[in-house]
Amino acid sequence: MAQVATDTAIHASAIRQFWDRWSGIVVPILAVFSALVVGAFIIGITGADWYAAYVGLWEGAFGSPRALADTVVRSTPFIICGLGVALAFKAGLFNIGAEGQLYAGAVASVVIGATLQMPPIFHIPTTLIAGALGGTAWAAIAGFLKARTGAHEVINTIMLNYIALRITDWLIRSKTPYILGDPADTTGARSRLIAETARLPGIQVGSSTILHLGIPLAIVLVFVVAWLLYRTTIGFEMRTAGTNPNAARYAGISVPRTIILAMACAGALAGVAGAIEVAGVRGSLSADFFSGLGFDAIAVALLARANPIGIIFSGLLWGSLLTGARLMQVRASLSIDVIKIVQALIIMFVAADQIVRFIYRLPKRKPGEETQLSKGWGG
Amino acid sequence: MTQNGQERPVVLEARGITKRFPGVVANDNVSLKLHKGEVLALLGENGAGKSTLMNILYGLYHQDQGEIYVKGELIRISNPHESIARGIGMVHQHFQLVPVMTVTENIILGNEVTNGPFLDRKQAAERIRTISERYGLAVDPNALVADLDVGMQQRVEIIKALYRNADILILDEPTAVLTPQEADELVRVMRTLTAQGTSIIFITHKLREVLEVADRIIVLRGGKVVGETTPAEATEASLAAMMVGREVILKVEKQPARPGAPVLEVRGLQVRDDRRLLAVKGVDLEVRAGEILGIAGVQGNGQTELVAALTGLRASEAGTVRIAGVDVTNATPRRISELGVAHIPEDRQRDGLVTSYPLTDNSVLELYYLPPFARGVVRNEQAINEHCTRLVAEFDVRTPSIHVPASSLSGGNQQKLIVAREFTRSLKLLIASQPTRGIDVGSIEFIHNQIVKKRDEGVAVLLVSAELDEILSLADRIAVMYHGQIVATVKNGELSREELGLLMAGATLDRSVPVEA
Repeated sequence: MAQVATDTAIHASAIRQFWDRWSGIVVPILAVFSALVVGAFIIGITGADWYAAYVGLWEGAFGSPRALADTVVRSTPFIICGLGVALAFKAGLFNIGAEGQLYAGAVASVVIGATLQMPPIFHIPTTLIAGALGGTAWAAIAGFLKARTGAHEVINTIMLNYIALRITDWLIRSKTPYILGDPADTTGARSRLIAETARLPGIQVGSSTILHLGIPLAIVLVFVVAWLLYRTTIGFEMRTAGTNPNAARYAGISVPRTIILAMACAGALAGVAGAIEVAGVRGSLSADFFSGLGFDAIAVALLARANPIGIIFSGLLWGSLLTGARLMQVRASLSIDVIKIVQALIIMFVAADQIVRFIYRLPKRKPGEETQLSKGWGG
Repeated sequence: MTQNGQERPVVLEARGITKRFPGVVANDNVSLKLHKGEVLALLGENGAGKSTLMNILYGLYHQDQGEIYVKGELIRISNPHESIARGIGMVHQHFQLVPVMTVTENIILGNEVTNGPFLDRKQAAERIRTISERYGLAVDPNALVADLDVGMQQRVEIIKALYRNADILILDEPTAVLTPQEADELVRVMRTLTAQGTSIIFITHKLREVLEVADRIIVLRGGKVVGETTPAEATEASLAAMMVGREVILKVEKQPARPGAPVLEVRGLQVRDDRRLLAVKGVDLEVRAGEILGIAGVQGNGQTELVAALTGLRASEAGTVRIAGVDVTNATPRRISELGVAHIPEDRQRDGLVTSYPLTDNSVLELYYLPPFARGVVRNEQAINEHCTRLVAEFDVRTPSIHVPASSLSGGNQQKLIVAREFTRSLKLLIASQPTRGIDVGSIEFIHNQIVKKRDEGVAVLLVSAELDEILSLADRIAVMYHGQIVATVKNGELSREELGLLMAGATLDRSVPVEA
């Protein structure tokens, strides 16, 4: 009898398994598709030509070598920062603090990049490592508070974002004395330039776009994070603590230590993303530098369902939407904010994936599948 | 109770009920009749289709095929409101009560008596009192549900159904959470109810209760009705054989224990629960190598906190714990585990498994960081797979593959995986908490034999179980836990079931009980 029951259960689980394997890809793709359809309606309501808008969006992002290069450069920080958010998700933490960690990393990289004198072979890695350490330090505060006092990381990281942003602003704008601010810059809105020896090398495409070293580094980091999560005991501890903290404790894993470590790794990734933007793109830092990049990284991680490989694609999607938006604006004389609406719709459809499953008659989510993404709210 | 149930009118009839879930036929052409004023026991293992059938009758699911007649009328029940309107009430295994509300408020919830825009609590309380008196279900209508013990809460659930004029009651595993005395009380209530014309479907997997209380017994196996009998015709052994489909040895075969040196020594242990109340109030225990000490007690008397403190999952307030001579008071779970302590947790899905992980990861849940499963920080998938393959084969875990998530296994197979994992470590002490809760008879038999085998290999075993029968069949010595204290420690056989039941309920025995330190 036990045999019969088990055999039927096995049959059910085989179908289930097949679906489980692919739903992680199918649902986000359908969510993006649905968002574009609804976006088209919204564009239509504003009186613009949705088709022209989307053609513009596509060409603006992928239509020329330069557009493509722009998209890739734009996507890089989303990918790295998204990785940080995803890694924290896997450990059951909702890291809203990527924005603050970006600033912390960028500030550290400016300090090292602008003050030290070294040959590039040392200066570049030192600058990037400084970024990672800056982000780590900032994120570890939230991790420590969570692990030791149970203070919720969502609240802490949001507050730390404000603190990081305001400190950065002060460091740059302070004139008596100048701290990070550049006396040569009359607007007072940006930091000193980092040394040439700290700038990331790259290949110039078009007049202003440089495919810098940070791009291959982002891909390497994707695989490092995937390896860490799935092939090492550290990743096993993080995932276990994130999926079932009770079982983690039972298994002898120190959940507080794992939380601090996961938060620190997440911060390191965001910090590196900040450093790469400084060292690879602008050469300096300004207070409005990231303008919500750290928040978009949450969306990138969610869209990829915290899968490191998936983040390459969701990061590219985010970068391409931003890059393509300019041409879309011109072609269909639309506000550039329409692209924000499309992005918001994508997030809505991903977050409320029951809607997507309902529209496209997909099987229901099995219980527990969403735990990694929603656990952070539970505390 | 009576053999003439057949002549009474049929109040509920299911004909040819079939319910399929993807890949599973949960109910296959099931038919049953419930007569007025009888107790119909529905017996079957977990997964036999009992709950599915009841959920169909209660309107939570809808059958694919088949018909349901209530009092001779063909009906379609599509939600619980309709079944309640037809007089069908259900008492779920997990009570559906709001702890912060009073008994009255809970009972009238969703069926409020109003006086203008206001609740008429007085009138409601009056009706509840009438019901209590009529059926001998004494309860204080103004008490907070949170303050009631489990038996009382169950009573509130029954009154809730009666308040809604139910004359057909479905009781889902009602005795699982009760002391033997409370269970006897429930039996008495069931008799009062049936004497006044209420009909009861009683779902259980406990054989003794079925023989005690049922008028008729229907046995389900694999979604089908495999037999119908009466207590007069059946024995525990014959019912078990019907449930499982083969002969089952209900008694665990074991030799007398040959206890060795003490492995677990607990002195004056005090532990607080989640609400910061003292749940373990000064416990002394000793478990020797090669013996099984069974802790008997109704759930919620501090056993959970005791085990958590012994395994390092909960800090203790005072006292000492020594394992194999080493002081492990408030040591980390890992340190305790590394001393050779295995732990079968009482809630396997909460603590014992990461159900979304494949069997492979679950098979090394505590050993993942040790060679050969990891070299440095790099995990060795091959070694993990080989280990898991061996466990699955040796412990007969029924699974299509070692790579499916643990959630896809039945409860019994999940538990066998945990047992396999814990038993194959090098062991000095085994702490088994409710090791067979909610699993099928075949798996229970297997796990019981494994526990005895470990004892015979010289492992000290601490067995915590709310099932007194399990303690009686496995333990060499029995410690009874009540309100956070060990109220008696005796050799198995020195006290009868009834005497142990009294101790579990907090009573003291007339004759002096030999108490060991």
